[in-house]
This record gives sequence, C-alpha cells and structure tokens, in this order.
Amino acid sequence: MSENNSVGVVAPQTAHFSEPLALKSGQVLPQYDLVYETYGTLNADKSNAVLICHALSGNHHVAGKYSENDKYPGWWDNLIGPGKPLDTDRFFVIGLNNLGGCHGSSGPSSINPATGKQWGSSFPILTVEDWVSSQARLLDHLGITQLAAVIGGSLGGMQALQWTIAYADRVRHALIIASAPNLTAQNMAFNEVARQAIITDPEFHGGDYYEHGTVPRRGLRIARMLGHITYLSDDVMGEKFGRKIKDTIKYSFDVEFEMESYLRYQGDKFAGSFDANTYLRMTRALDYYDPALAFNGDLSKALSKAKAEFLVLSFTSDWRFSPARSREIVKALLDNESTVSYAEVTAAHGHDAFLMPDSHYHAILRSYLSNIQIGSNHAE
Amino acid sequence: MQNNVNITNFRQDFAIIANWVKFGSKVLDLGCGDGELLQFLRGSLEVKGYGVEKDDANVLACIQNGSNVIQMDLEDGLSGFEDQSFNTVILSQTLQAMHHTEAIVLDMLRVGQEVIVTFPNFGYWRNRIQITLGQMPVSKTLPYQWFDTPNVHLCTINDFDAFCKNHNIDILERKVITDGEEVNFIPNLLGCLAMYRLKTK
Repeated sequence: MSENNSVGVVAPQTAHFSEPLALKSGQVLPQYDLVYETYGTLNADKSNAVLICHALSGNHHVAGKYSENDKYPGWWDNLIGPGKPLDTDRFFVIGLNNLGGCHGSSGPSSINPATGKQWGSSFPILTVEDWVSSQARLLDHLGITQLAAVIGGSLGGMQALQWTIAYADRVRHALIIASAPNLTAQNMAFNEVARQAIITDPEFHGGDYYEHGTVPRRGLRIARMLGHITYLSDDVMGEKFGRKIKDTIKYSFDVEFEMESYLRYQGDKFAGSFDANTYLRMTRALDYYDPALAFNGDLSKALSKAKAEFLVLSFTSDWRFSPARSREIVKALLDNESTVSYAEVTAAHGHDAFLMPDSHYHAILRSYLSNIQIGSNHAE
Repeated sequence: MQNNVNITNFRQDFAIIANWVKFGSKVLDLGCGDGELLQFLRGSLEVKGYGVEKDDANVLACIQNGSNVIQMDLEDGLSGFEDQSFNTVILSQTLQAMHHTEAIVLDMLRVGQEVIVTFPNFGYWRNRIQITLGQMPVSKTLPYQWFDTPNVHLCTINDFDAFCKNHNIDILERKVITDGEEVNFIPNLLGCLAMYRLKTK
C-alpha cells in the first residue's frame, strides 16, 4: 500500500544561475547552482506549484527514492505523493537544496570558479532572505509566477514566512509549521554551543579543512547530538530510552545507557554525511532571521504587506519552537486581518513531530491543501 | 420531531445573530465549534470571520469547510487579540461552560466593539419544574446529566441582567427565544435561550 502512493523513483536536477546574487551581508555570490527535485506535473496555467523549504539538515530530496532498492525515501515522503496529504496528483511539488548546503547546491564545499578551489571559509554566510531570493529565481527558471503554496517546518517555516513578506504577490498560501518569527536567546544559545563544538575541533582549520584533508567530525558529531536532545521532548526520551542500560554497568565512560547509544549513533551518522561548514551557516541563518527587527520589533508591521492565506501549526511538546512562538505569528497575522488558521497539535515527539505522520496533523494538512484552488478556476 | 425543533431553534439563534452583525464586518466567534455560524455569516453577510476553538475535531472541521480557526482555550483569555480589533465578538451557548466567566465577558468587551452572548436560561419554567420535582434539569438546551455536564456557571436572565449592571455593561439589545419564537412576556420564566448584544459603557 505504501508503495502505491509513493512518487516512485526520482532524480535531482541542477539549475545554474549566472546572474550574481546580492546577499544581505553585502557580499555577492557571482554565480551558483541550485539542485532540486520535482514531483507531480505542472498544470497548464502553472497554478499548482508548491515549494517545500527545508530545515537545518534537510535538502532537495523530499520524496521518493533514487532507486527501487533505496532503503530510505526523501525526508518528507510521508506527506508527499499521489493520494497523500500533499497530493502529487493535484500539485507540482518542488524541493530544493538551499545555497550553502552540502547536497549539490553551491556551498562551502563547492568549487569557487574564481579560484578553482573549494570555497571553504570564504563561502558567504547566507540568510533566510537570501535563500528566498534564490528560490524565487528557481521559480523564474521553471516559469512559475506564483506558488499555490509554500510549506516549511522549523527553519523551513521561516522561509515560508519570508516568502509572504518578500514576494507577497507570488504566494497564495503559506503553511508555517513548528516555526517562529525569530529565535529566542535560549534557542540561539544551543546553536552557539553547536558551532563552538565545530569551530574548536582541531580538524576544523578555520573552515578550510578540505585543503588540509581533514573533517571536523568530532565537532559536528557533538553539535548533532546536542541538536537531537533539543528536537525531542523529555517525555519521549523517557519513553524511548528512560534509564535503560545498554548491557551491564561497567563504571566507565563508554556507552552505559541506551540514550547514549542513540545520541552517538545519530552523531556518527550525521558527521559522516553532512558538511560542518554548512551546519555553521544553517545555524547562523536561524539566528539572524528576525523580520520584525526592521520594524522596531513590530512583527505585525513586518507582515503588513503579506497577501497570502496562512496555516500555522505547532506541536504541544515542541520546546525548541514552542506553540507560544507560533502564536506570535498568528497574532501578527490577526492584527493585519490576514486569512489565517492555527492548530496546536497534541504530540509527544517535540520538535521532531513535524516530520511524523500523526493522523490528526496530516488530516489538517490534507484538508487545508485540498481546499487550495488550482487550475483556471482559482480565484485571483 | 425533537430534531426538527432543535434545527428551528438553532436557525432562529443564527438569524438573530445575523441581524446583529453588520455586513462585511469583522467577527470573532468564541467556541465556534465546527464553524457552522461562521459559515452562515460568511455566506449571508460576507463577514471576515475568525473562530476560536479548543477541540481538535472541531478545528479540523473548520479547516475542512474553510473557516478561519484559531486553536486555543478560551479559559486562557484573549491576550492574542488587540483591543477593539473586532466589530463583533460572539460567545454562543458557551458562557455557562466557562470557568473564568467574568474574565471572558470583560475580555470580549475589550476586543470587540460589540459583544453577543447567548446562553440557556436556567430560569426557564421547565427547568424550574424539574428542580421543584427534586432533580437537576435535563432538556434540549441543557442536554447533560448532572454528573457529565460541562456546564459550571448556569444563570438566569435576571442574574445576567444584574451581572451587566454590576460590571457597567451596556445592554444594547436582548432577545429571548423558545422553540424558535421570540418571548416578550415574563422572559425569565418563559424563555429558553437568552441572547444579548452588549457594549462597554
């Protein structure tokens, strides 16, 4: 059954952009590649496009598999496919790898055409705003003027929100899930510890480890372990691992508890597949995003130009992007008389809940998405 | 038969609320359920409506039928809504189930230029008879048994009139209905459902 509603075997594509991209930092990216995947078919009037914005460690491989024998599908495969909540029989879904990433789009590990060497530490620090600008260019490349919807969780939700601010006319619906209008000091503090773990790793070499033939694996591993703690709730960690002992207590610093085994496994897996320079930049994009800053902290003013309709979702046990933060977005939208619905999903899985196939959560997404009009009859 | 009476009553309730809501205005429906009233107002008066609802299934139903809904518990107050940001704030047959009854009415008056409150009149003669016979009233507006009722703050029309007086609340209009018909004679005895249009003095 699950095979029947998969988008099947997919392949990524690459778009090259030779027009320079002016970044918020003042730097300019002279040219760049964006790697992306699409699922479903773009309809005749191009009114059914949905953009998926990824979070910290995500990428363009959102749904489907790369081969029949591929062990794992894309990271949001439970949401996307024929007959799934984001129905690829109706929608044309686009996933991309953000700039600065490590899965094919231009990033620190890509070759800088100016030097012929890997960018390393010299790759610019990008912001959510920069990402959204580059995503808009990808839409231009695909001939899409307006998105039926932009969807994102966590850092992806920030991009979805930014879409409604920066390109108010180009997005009809924004689904902002487990996100926030900016990070709290505590949330940024976790990012700082993660970065310090990487930066102080002797193998980091100021970010130019490629040319030293090293990988700051230890730092990245610790950063990811810390991340995993914050993505789960106390309850779910208790339920999953509790105080369960791995074998017998050895009075050592080896793995004694199941929880340690899990964190080490997750850390090792990630450190072997992700780029530390990308991780640093993703956390910085999170830290810097604050659309209200230019409006004296007034989020309502920041969102006053938004024309999209909104669905804002949060999860009760998510303490890293708590429901209270989503309610701030909702309040600002209400102040602007935007069309908005907000649901607070009861879930045990903490921040990770947004990737879980909870039936109520998915029913909400399915209902909302099925009400989005596409084709020549959509009211605009 | 019972069901038909219910529907008539319900529509009469809606019809009166619709009369009190201005065309194209901004409406907040507290405890909006599955969004039925919002849909009715949207269709008939083109209001910009938002519902507030706690229950998961109702929130989902609202999203299904395209009503704006904000999932939250009314007991936490309306701090997410600015002063006087709605033309009308409605609390339809939910007042009696609120714990922070006083707080919600005052908060509604803060958020709305006008407030509509409806509740089952506990002073209705059928309720009084059941009390006289020595049992808690059970009826179509109070369909629960004493042990499973969500209603914690039942009141009579006289009680609510006094509440408004004590809190300096202006009663712009009051309508009392029984079986879909308006009741003007001894409403606190003969009225089943009380409907108020209120404003801060």
